Amino acid sequence: MDFGLTKEQEMLKKLAAQFAEEVLEPVAAEVDETHTFNAENFKKMAELGFTGIGVPEEYGGSGGGMAEEIIVVSEFAKKCMASAATLSIHLIAPQTIMEFGTEEQKKKYVPRITSGGELGAFALTEPGAGSDAANVKTTAVYDEATDEYVLNGTKCFISGGSRAGVLVVFASTDPSKGVKGLTAFIIERGMKGFSHGKIENKMGLGGSETAELIFEDCRVPAANVLGKIGKGFNIAMHALDSARIGVGAQAIGLAQGAIDLSVKYMHERVQFGKPIAALQGLQWYVAEMATKTEAAIWLVYYAAYRKDHGLTYNKEAAMCKLNASENARFVTNLALQIHGGYGYMKDYPLERMYRDAKITEIYEGTSEVHKLVISRAVIGR
Amino acid sequence: MKAIVCVKQVPDTSGKVAVKPDGTLDRASMQAIINPDDLNAVEAALKLKDESGCQIIVVTMGPPPAMGMLQEVLAMGADQAVLVSGREFGGSDTYATSQILAAAIKKIGVDQDDVIFCGRQAIDGDTAQVGPQIGEKLGLPQVTYAADIHKDGDVITVKRMLEDGYMTIRVKPPCLLTCIKELNTPRFMSVRGIHRAVNSEITVFDYDTLKDDPLIEKTTIGLSGSPTNILTSFTPPQKGAGTMLEGDSQQTCDKLAGILADKHII
Repeated sequence: MDFGLTKEQEMLKKLAAQFAEEVLEPVAAEVDETHTFNAENFKKMAELGFTGIGVPEEYGGSGGGMAEEIIVVSEFAKKCMASAATLSIHLIAPQTIMEFGTEEQKKKYVPRITSGGELGAFALTEPGAGSDAANVKTTAVYDEATDEYVLNGTKCFISGGSRAGVLVVFASTDPSKGVKGLTAFIIERGMKGFSHGKIENKMGLGGSETAELIFEDCRVPAANVLGKIGKGFNIAMHALDSARIGVGAQAIGLAQGAIDLSVKYMHERVQFGKPIAALQGLQWYVAEMATKTEAAIWLVYYAAYRKDHGLTYNKEAAMCKLNASENARFVTNLALQIHGGYGYMKDYPLERMYRDAKITEIYEGTSEVHKLVISRAVIGR
Repeated sequence: MKAIVCVKQVPDTSGKVAVKPDGTLDRASMQAIINPDDLNAVEAALKLKDESGCQIIVVTMGPPPAMGMLQEVLAMGADQAVLVSGREFGGSDTYATSQILAAAIKKIGVDQDDVIFCGRQAIDGDTAQVGPQIGEKLGLPQVTYAADIHKDGDVITVKRMLEDGYMTIRVKPPCLLTCIKELNTPRFMSVRGIHRAVNSEITVFDYDTLKDDPLIEKTTIGLSGSPTNILTSFTPPQKGAGTMLEGDSQQTCDKLAGILADKHII
């Protein structure tokens, strides 16, 4: 049993921490306030190879696997949760195309979103199909004459959807079959009939734009079907398992960042003639925050380990996401409390972290869905 | 054409400086970092590589853990790394260090169009002597305090930043340049660079590798070959927090005069 990082992972962690501190943190408050995606910083991520993690070098990737991804995502989340989420969600697209795409699809689309600087996106959710993927209303009708699928429908809450160059989109090729009628497609920005609607005004995660996607007679070549017809649900669930570990990484990074700020503040803030770090009430808060976060970290790492070693990880991905996201809310709440009135002010990052924490309990599956997944794995159906 | 870059692993003195009871630096208790000015030297070499495609060889003298630092420079884009390491080299001052590094650079080989880059000075000793001494011992022209470097054909134009102004010098390779932080912003490592770096072989030059060079004598290297003796080192007392006087010039002058009078200075 080995709990250590490899030399390569240690260096990656150092790079990610340095990038987060020097590039992401200085604009974290601004992107949150203005609700804008920072394209320049995403380009920098691509130049350094962060956007190609988990993809082999011949497809423009940077190699590595889930462990490398969570190392980077959690370091980013310590300083700027929106950037961590952007990267984590982006990586679903190239990794899913690598997993299920044909060689031609991999060569055509993956380098664009690994080293090419374009953003990737994943579009499953619809107004009436959140946790219930069987209720997807977007349709894809085959046109034999042109060997194309014609997509019609609306997707919602799609992170990066308005900015993405390459998207993995789910539509029903046979609505009568429910989830067994779902098919995945590779969609390119600029395809006729594909546009984005409103950008959501969210509680947190301001620096990650969340968009509505609109398909109006959008003609997609049959060559862009990802995987097999009717196998979209399997692809979505596979991608989500991986994405959940990514959310776990966001949540542990966010919690660690909040603890770091709290400890620093407790040494600096003097009340009753001594730093508040000397107050046992707050010391106990920190002990609890640190212990729960440490436990959350190792569950996330364990899920990543299982994925990287070819073991089943559906249950562990759900567990690590459920646990880490609830911990992120717990920790940011106490961290804000430790900061008192200052924590409530927008001049300090705590209120942003508190708002950002909440989304980890919702996206890529709510906590309740995760309990369903876990209980089915433990008890059986 | 190639660029040779000298780098040094130093304790991070931006935090608390730890000093052992015998007065020497407690390096083990402080985080080891790449000397900041040396990162500017690395970046200068990488810019030259971007323009010309030249090879970059990075050299350091230090104990084996310094390999980690060399890997970081490889991950930034350097092509090869050389660790100069041996018990015989331990305790070297700037004179002895430059003897050894000059011998190592001779071993690597300096060709007609090569450029050697060093940082201006290391934050642990702040001497700014090793770079210039290496240049002297290799018989190369040197330009120190480079704040701007421009290569045009076989002429390098260097803008030196001095205390009271700038000086522009033209020099032909082979030459040695020492770099300051105003020269550039060092780039990050890259994810692919890290992967390449950890799989790269680092060449080690030990005493036996260099011993035949005339610069390497028992009397010119290591502690016994070092003319400098450190009597003591200490952490200077912290300065108290300053007071900023606010108001217009009349008000601030009045306040200042009052404070100085209270302290019986005027």
